[in-house]
Amino acid sequence: MEREPEAAPALDKRKKAAVISVVVLVGFGLGFGAAHLVARYIAYWDIVSGPFFLSLRVASAAIVIAGVTGVASGYVLAKGHFPGRDVLETIGSLPIILPPTVVGYYLLEVLSPGTQVGGFLTRVTGHVFVYNASGCIIAAAVAAYPFCLRAARSAIAGVDPALEQAARTMGLPNWRVASQVTLPLARRGIAAGLTIGCARALGEYGATLMIGGDINGRTRTLSLAILDSFTTPERDTMLLILVLMAVIAMTGVGLLGRSRA
Amino acid sequence: MTAALELAVARQIGEFNLDVALTVESGMSVLFGPSGAGKSLTLALIAGLIRPDSGTITINGHVVTDCARRTYVSTQKRRIGMVFQDGLLLPHRSVIDNVALAVRQTRGRRARRAVARSWLERVGAEGLADRRPGSLSGGQRQRVALARGLAGDPALVLLDEPLSALDAEVRRELRKLIRGVIISSSVPAVLVTHDAEEAEELGDVIIGYNRGRVTGARVVDRPVCPGPASGAPESTGRA
Amino acid sequence: MPGACVGGTGEHRTSVTGLVPHSWLNALGIPPWVWGPLSVSLHAAIEATLVVAVVGCALGFLLAKGSFPGRGAIETAFSLPMALPPTVVGWYLLTQLGGPGPVRSAEVSLFGHPLTFTFTGIVVAQIVESFPYCLRFSRAAISGVDARFEQAARAMGLPQWRIALLVTLPLARRGVVAGAVMAFGRALGDFGATMIVAGSVPMATTMPIALYNAVFFGSHGQAMVLALVQLAVAFGLLFGVSRLGKVRPW
Repeated sequence: MEREPEAAPALDKRKKAAVISVVVLVGFGLGFGAAHLVARYIAYWDIVSGPFFLSLRVASAAIVIAGVTGVASGYVLAKGHFPGRDVLETIGSLPIILPPTVVGYYLLEVLSPGTQVGGFLTRVTGHVFVYNASGCIIAAAVAAYPFCLRAARSAIAGVDPALEQAARTMGLPNWRVASQVTLPLARRGIAAGLTIGCARALGEYGATLMIGGDINGRTRTLSLAILDSFTTPERDTMLLILVLMAVIAMTGVGLLGRSRA
Repeated sequence: MTAALELAVARQIGEFNLDVALTVESGMSVLFGPSGAGKSLTLALIAGLIRPDSGTITINGHVVTDCARRTYVSTQKRRIGMVFQDGLLLPHRSVIDNVALAVRQTRGRRARRAVARSWLERVGAEGLADRRPGSLSGGQRQRVALARGLAGDPALVLLDEPLSALDAEVRRELRKLIRGVIISSSVPAVLVTHDAEEAEELGDVIIGYNRGRVTGARVVDRPVCPGPASGAPESTGRA
Repeated sequence: MPGACVGGTGEHRTSVTGLVPHSWLNALGIPPWVWGPLSVSLHAAIEATLVVAVVGCALGFLLAKGSFPGRGAIETAFSLPMALPPTVVGWYLLTQLGGPGPVRSAEVSLFGHPLTFTFTGIVVAQIVESFPYCLRFSRAAISGVDARFEQAARAMGLPQWRIALLVTLPLARRGVVAGAVMAFGRALGDFGATMIVAGSVPMATTMPIALYNAVFFGSHGQAMVLALVQLAVAFGLLFGVSRLGKVRPW
């Protein structure tokens, strides 16, 4: 009943990774091309495309911000041993059940040029964060952050410490242990967190409304646009897109979660 | 006299293959062998927690598993008692509630608790009746687990390494208790262990296990013990 | 429910604060523009959570213990409100509850009138939005129960339904309660779906909507208080959940 050691795994893995990357890139390219073709035939695309691409841009930027900060803080919370870790995680998790209007209110208080903090920020960076896309991105990032944080902390804490210790005995410095051992082993959980964070970022409504102002062309994301086009025909197209995205997101989360279990 | 247990089964799990046949007439039979030999798997098959790929299992003359005829009696109906390595007492209930839960031959809460209490006395744990399992030491916990395994008036008791998680002193103390209580209650038992000393001290018959096969059986020479058990206990194992 | 009575369209039900005379509240310094929305929010959230807790726990149990195909798909389908923008959820509710269709006929026969723009409509919206939380937490907690306890219970001769009630659920109770608390918090905090289904009927204004109105109409003092209250409540609920232990539903 002894298992025979697997032969030459390193080379196969690299080949596998290369093949997967090529497939993903080709798939993306094809998907993009297909989307453009389909776009010609989707009804009311000219009206829908504005909010659609705005939502995509906002969500992409937001998930990058939320993902990076979420994984970083998740790592700190998972590995650190300072008191008050759970309180910090609770604070970071607030946006999950905090009403979006409360989030929007506090964002306005912090970012509006009229307030102390906001005015300071605007002077220092020369950039206004309210009533434009930046505000939407921040609102979406705040919505996505808690999911990235919790998933990252859970996944990183679940990595077998024996593997990290082995890496240290091999002489790897801490940052390499993290990047080459810990994070790769935690990638499923982190990916699940990013996926649902993406879904939340795309679907953000209340805070985006308050800090963005629902300005057509500038801050009217897809979830806001649906409300304004309630009685118009293009509403169905928007609905279709949003529902499809949500289904894809939740299926992804489900698959990533199950394979971990 | 009907054999307490007759078993001839095969089961494959991954790369491990179990193929065993044995009979228990009465008394305590010990499955002895190294870890991973398939002893605990055999107990799980007897209990009905896992199904074999082929074969039959008969407890007290009732066929509880017959793969060819697709007969599988559920675990609940098999009238067995089980004692686990870490006790597995329900943490949210008191000790006496835990044992009373296993009493199935009596109706009525008070009657069940009375039965439970008498079993707790027999294992020397009557003072623990109102404690929570979490507050017990390992030895105390396994006493309660033993009481629970026997309280349901089982036709067969299965003990899966009941003492392996305890330290040596407690283990020695409890060995005598297990042997004493089970023999005096006349319930046939199958006990799994990888400890040779334990096998010698507890078993009337020792059935050797290795790599999923029975490697042999021998009867332990024992002075005849006085008590309700009739004659010398017998058991055979066929390789 | 204390002080509950059948509500008609737009009628403000006396609720939790129906127990406490308004004069006391005023004396305590809690102004009506706080306890009005607060009582609507609390009442709706409590009703919604009662429904969600029972159904969510039951469904979570089925999904955790069952062996029928499509369990993953079912959990994904019921979890959709977590990924959908609240406006989409609100739209579906509005058209199903208000427009023609089987749901509307059912409501009319049950309640006598469509549920849009009513308090009950708010409760329905909150049920839909908070259900996934309770479901996922429950399913995760029940799946996480050590199977060996259930095996021990089977060996003791307990039938399946008693094992569920006496062994599985008590061992999973922390996660299940956490799920109910999260659902309650989510119901309290719902904005988009509630706003669409209920409109801005003054008698059925919840706390998040009240905050939005305060900001919209420039009442900064009111906004600050409303925001602070909701922040404190959310923090308290989350803290309670974290005390209940680690249950990871995603």
